[in-house]
Amino acid sequence: MAGIKVFGHAASISTRRVLLTLHEKNLDFELVHVDLKDGEHKKESFLSHNPFGKVPAFEDGDLKLFESRAITQYIAHRYEGQGTNLLQPDSKNLAHYAIMAMGMQVEAHQFDPLASKLAWEHVFKLIYGLTTDQAVVAEEEAKLAKVLDVYEARLKEFKYLAGDTFTLTDLHHIPAVQYLLETPTKKLFTERPHVNKWVAEITKRPASQKILQ
Amino acid sequence: MKVYGDGMSACVARVLLCLHEKETEFELVPVDLFACHHKLPSFLSMNPFGQVPVLQDEDLTLFESRAITAYIAEKHKDKGTDLTRHADAKEAAIVKLWSEVESHHFNPAISAVIHHLIVVPLQGKTPDAAIVEENLEKLGKVLDVYEEKLGKTKYLAGDSYTLADLYHVPYTYYFMKTGHAGLVNDRPNVKAWWEDLCSRPAFLKVSPGLTVAPATN
Repeated sequence: MAGIKVFGHAASISTRRVLLTLHEKNLDFELVHVDLKDGEHKKESFLSHNPFGKVPAFEDGDLKLFESRAITQYIAHRYEGQGTNLLQPDSKNLAHYAIMAMGMQVEAHQFDPLASKLAWEHVFKLIYGLTTDQAVVAEEEAKLAKVLDVYEARLKEFKYLAGDTFTLTDLHHIPAVQYLLETPTKKLFTERPHVNKWVAEITKRPASQKILQ
Repeated sequence: MKVYGDGMSACVARVLLCLHEKETEFELVPVDLFACHHKLPSFLSMNPFGQVPVLQDEDLTLFESRAITAYIAEKHKDKGTDLTRHADAKEAAIVKLWSEVESHHFNPAISAVIHHLIVVPLQGKTPDAAIVEENLEKLGKVLDVYEEKLGKTKYLAGDSYTLADLYHVPYTYYFMKTGHAGLVNDRPNVKAWWEDLCSRPAFLKVSPGLTVAPATN
């Protein structure tokens, strides 16, 4: 039986977005490990899953996908009736749909470029034997602070980013947030009370804990 | 529907293309970017990130061009061009996939090139040749993948034009006016795809607004 397969690395931010979604949905799946340190993601065998040579890649029966946020959205829609609802509570409400779509774009274009750079500097560079560039850290933290100011204002009004329920919009942030909480950048989150509360909520979820194991 | 922005902005143009593909009436409300009106409190109250475009549709205010287009495509899914393949879950997922490719692989590289070859000179500064070179190389690799894909399907997500193709149009239009159009023209499938995108009526309505003049190197 074909089932669901994820081709990725359990420590990768992008792979974790997909794993989180599968856990939230209580879906069975197989994680096929891709050895990033060994350059496996750039080899022909993996490129047939994702010609851009990035984890994760995904299969559900005969559907093959890549790009973590395309995969998470597919899972959230395809398995809408099961596990946690990761879409807006009223799936027919167009305005609510739009607000969630907007939040996902904000994560992808405003938050993630900065958070990923900081995770690279603080965490992943060290794994590859490189040193943190503190000038880059300072520059990216200054930009992230401004983004989190916007988040602080939003989270004063709503419990979660797209409204009062947890959605994919929040989920997409979790893996990078988890890494940054283990670094000096943590202060940017903790010094903003509503952001801090939101971070605590989203990281304590059982699925969020599962991906750390 | 009101769109706040200027037709010369690539991100605004994405929204305008979508509105035309969906045969939807709208009003374009100019925002003077050169006078930094997008950083004024009145604008920030609509988009706290201080960027165009912004969409207002009755009570709803949206920003992020790809969210605005997704909303318009969904609201008007029963008219105009089918931009999302919404009737088929698998096809819809593949449209999302290639839209994500545009966001995360194509856009960072091409927008960096456009920024340095077009925007930076307008600010009276010198382009960083190293950044241009680095991003041209990245863009070339992305286009290699597109060349192969477009040898198998007419458009990126399949045999129909969708948002995944649309998102590429404005920056590619500017890029083709630089001296690096060869990156597209030297790849026959990409070239044919680009020429097809340029033949669409929606494109012919929006391209006259894409007026920022490039440097040619």
